[in-house]
Amino acid sequence: MIDHLPILQVVVPLLGAPLCILVRNPRAVGLFALLVSTVTLLISCTLLQQVLLNGTLVYALGGWAAPWGIEYRIDYLNSYLLLLVSAMGAIVLVASQSSIGGELPRNRHMLFYTAYLLCLTGLLGILCTGDAFNVFVFLEISSLSSYTLISLGNDRRALTASYQYLIMGTIGATFIIIGVGLMYMMTGTLNMYDLAQRLPEVHNSKTVLSAIGFFIVGVCLKLALFPLHLWLPNAYAFAPSIATAFLAATSTKVAIYVLIRFIFSVVGPVFANTVLPLQEIFVVLGVSGIFATSISAIYQLNIKRLFAYSSVAQIGYMILALAIGTPLGLTATLLHLFNHALMKAALFLAIGGVVYRVGSAQLSHFAGLGRQMPWTMAAIVAGGLSLIGVPLTVGFVSKWYLVLALLENGWWPLTILVLISSLLAVIYVWRIVEWVYFSSPRIMIDEVKDPPLGQLVPIYVLVIANFYLGIDTSLTVGVSKKAAEMLFGGVF
Amino acid sequence: METLIDIVLLGFLVLTALAVAKMHDLFAVVMLSGIYSLLSASLFLDLDAVDVAFTEASVGAGISTLLMLASLKLVGRFEKRTRYRPMLALGVVLATGTLLIYGTLDMPHFGSAEAPVHQHVAPRYLNDSMEEVGVPNVVTSVLASYRGYDTLGETLVVFTAAIGVISLLRVSRRTKEEEKQKTPADMQQQIILRVVVKWLLPLILIFALYVQFHGDYGPGGGFQAGVIFAAGIILYTMLFGLNNASRVFQPEHLERIAALGVLLYAGVGIGCMVLGGNFLDYNGLSHDPVHGQHLGILLVELGVGLTVASVMITIFFKFTWRTVKHKYVKKR
Amino acid sequence: MNILGLYNYWIVVVLMMIGFYVVIAHENLIKKLVGLSIFQTSVFFFYISMGKISGATAPILDEQYQLYSNPLPHVLILTAIVVGIATTAMGLALVVRIQEAYGSIEEHEIQDQDTQDQMESRLEAYGFRKKHALSVRDLDE
Repeated sequence: MIDHLPILQVVVPLLGAPLCILVRNPRAVGLFALLVSTVTLLISCTLLQQVLLNGTLVYALGGWAAPWGIEYRIDYLNSYLLLLVSAMGAIVLVASQSSIGGELPRNRHMLFYTAYLLCLTGLLGILCTGDAFNVFVFLEISSLSSYTLISLGNDRRALTASYQYLIMGTIGATFIIIGVGLMYMMTGTLNMYDLAQRLPEVHNSKTVLSAIGFFIVGVCLKLALFPLHLWLPNAYAFAPSIATAFLAATSTKVAIYVLIRFIFSVVGPVFANTVLPLQEIFVVLGVSGIFATSISAIYQLNIKRLFAYSSVAQIGYMILALAIGTPLGLTATLLHLFNHALMKAALFLAIGGVVYRVGSAQLSHFAGLGRQMPWTMAAIVAGGLSLIGVPLTVGFVSKWYLVLALLENGWWPLTILVLISSLLAVIYVWRIVEWVYFSSPRIMIDEVKDPPLGQLVPIYVLVIANFYLGIDTSLTVGVSKKAAEMLFGGVF
Repeated sequence: METLIDIVLLGFLVLTALAVAKMHDLFAVVMLSGIYSLLSASLFLDLDAVDVAFTEASVGAGISTLLMLASLKLVGRFEKRTRYRPMLALGVVLATGTLLIYGTLDMPHFGSAEAPVHQHVAPRYLNDSMEEVGVPNVVTSVLASYRGYDTLGETLVVFTAAIGVISLLRVSRRTKEEEKQKTPADMQQQIILRVVVKWLLPLILIFALYVQFHGDYGPGGGFQAGVIFAAGIILYTMLFGLNNASRVFQPEHLERIAALGVLLYAGVGIGCMVLGGNFLDYNGLSHDPVHGQHLGILLVELGVGLTVASVMITIFFKFTWRTVKHKYVKKR
Repeated sequence: MNILGLYNYWIVVVLMMIGFYVVIAHENLIKKLVGLSIFQTSVFFFYISMGKISGATAPILDEQYQLYSNPLPHVLILTAIVVGIATTAMGLALVVRIQEAYGSIEEHEIQDQDTQDQMESRLEAYGFRKKHALSVRDLDE
């Protein structure tokens, strides 16, 4: 059974999605999806444990050895992300049991949960696979289901956001297959590890260079790197809150994983940097992204949109850390990947609680909620503190490693810029605090109170994780370091 | 000869694409895109990709054009002129094109047998698939066995699209009730068409079954069969009305069949695991590996066929119900 | 010599770029989808072209033939075609709903309406009451 865990990780939610259609009853579908995602989470925990004990796991699908067949390959890097994605998938579904009724009519519940599990399947499939074309297939599963999830939002802008995402996402995916095709053309293989061995022979060819360019641009569209992020703010702002919480915590993270995997395991960091000015490009885009989108975040009136812009800014940090090009920098990227997911899931779930009670995510509707929804607002403040990077939170840990990595390379000016940008986060978080605690309530109705326990518990699980993993960093830092060393050591 | 056809077809394709870019009448644009697909299918045929040609003809020129026409009916026919000069877009396109052309410079030449693509992975499929899988159509054996997992993903993509379209284009029971009270279908008066279709329909459905089960030996397989089957039902629906068609194909049943198709495919994989092999390792399905491969491919192709046919019919029904609904919204 | 060997790819690049241009430069949402499918189909040509061997035949094994074209790109493109139709169907469904919600499928007209919405919510934030917004739900079911 243990041998089959890599495939079960993906096949369990894959089977769960069509079974949702057969279950049909709205309430039962919710519980069923929760069950499926819990099993998925358990599998990912076991997988991480196995990988830490025994090293990389390889699984040949259909019994055909790679590169003729498709293989799954689980190492430190993807088992770490598998844990993140499946944990977020399960926690968000706990909250959805009570909150989904507030935002979706009953007849859509079945479709919502089916799309949710499909999205989970797609993301897990991207993480597990060792085949470049298989990445594209599962990328499309996760993308199509994300478009569906976003379009389920109540505002009509959800539809245009979804359409815009569809166009940008498909362009990104098409660029990715152009890149994969060019690499296949020069090497005759699609398996990532086989590619890594055969690419050096054709390193100097213009075709491989253009392949790398296309692949990276395509992935950057998917991960919403500034200035290719235009689809993201509206998509997050107008999707149902549950969907936003899930997508914000997982989908861009998986795209960053694809980028890391491609640069480190397929092309090799040294080559990627020597033929393309990748480092310079990433530093410039990362830093300008941090500033441009943090400033946009300050001016937002919709709190979901505010945090969506802040998400793009956080992606900037991850890319900046990646650009440093040292094991410590990569550790910082991987840490921030995990930690940012924790913060944003907590924040968006808490906002989901507000939407459940107040019916809106407009900043003005948050006026005075500090007294009416004390627990939810405390969670938002805690998430905000973590986002700023206050000590004892996970946000501090990842910023600390980022600063360390920058200093290690002697990049003083960038360190100062990073610290200044944290002040921008202080400003947008403070704007929320101001509305929440220092304005008089808008509606003086007693009905407005904290959401039911079913939502508060998952929110607080995440908030506690934000503090606990900020103090005891052995899991996140430990695994990130191992993964970073593995990627730099070139050992698969 | 092949080269000549190749050049002529590519020339036509460029002309069609330019016309698409130029035209403002969306009806013409959609028809041209159908023509583009048909020309592509011919080009694929010229390049020895028979299965791809088959699929492109049935999907690109068939279903996709049909869906576009159905949505045109809902959104209006003419494109308005853009207000700004799209210099930025032009710049992006030129940059992308330059990068691609730059990439082509080191490519192995078109049609060369020494290209790396033909050296490493592919020879095993051509040389050994007969002993290992036992299916003459190599595309089928790669699709359903060597890379069977990609095809499972592909089936799931189709299923996902159905979920998306269903959730976007839901139609209430009231509209359906109103539809039942009324009026023949749009093309109900076309007696000649109706008679012809009555003759054609069984042939189309039998052809679909042939394509489904003959995919091992010739071009075809679950996907193409599903699309052809759906095309037959769509033809019937257009001439005899949604009410008649959806009496046979109830939406809920179609959704269930789509789900069952995916479950069948993944279930075969699980079955292989239970029998001691890896996921989708058909060798264990029977005492003789090649026999097991045959059985596995048959079952997964059936799963693909079920899902694709029911999803395509569902999507078409959703678009058509929407047009029906618009009729009533205007009346109310 | 070089030019003759690569003509196929160059025309395919031109086709891709026409499709890509239609996607990003046009404002009509249906036209964008048509452009997208032309872009994708052209990428398919690129894959299929690389699998072609001059003088070979389709990869269906038969004793009469010795030389076959490469089947792997065919398999990949079969998958990609399916992904393409799935995306198109989803995109068209979204366009239909956008038309119902906005009464237009031209990008700038939709943006104008969105800006107006945003202005209204900005006013509302400063204490003006919003007039009853157009309900999407009426058209939804």
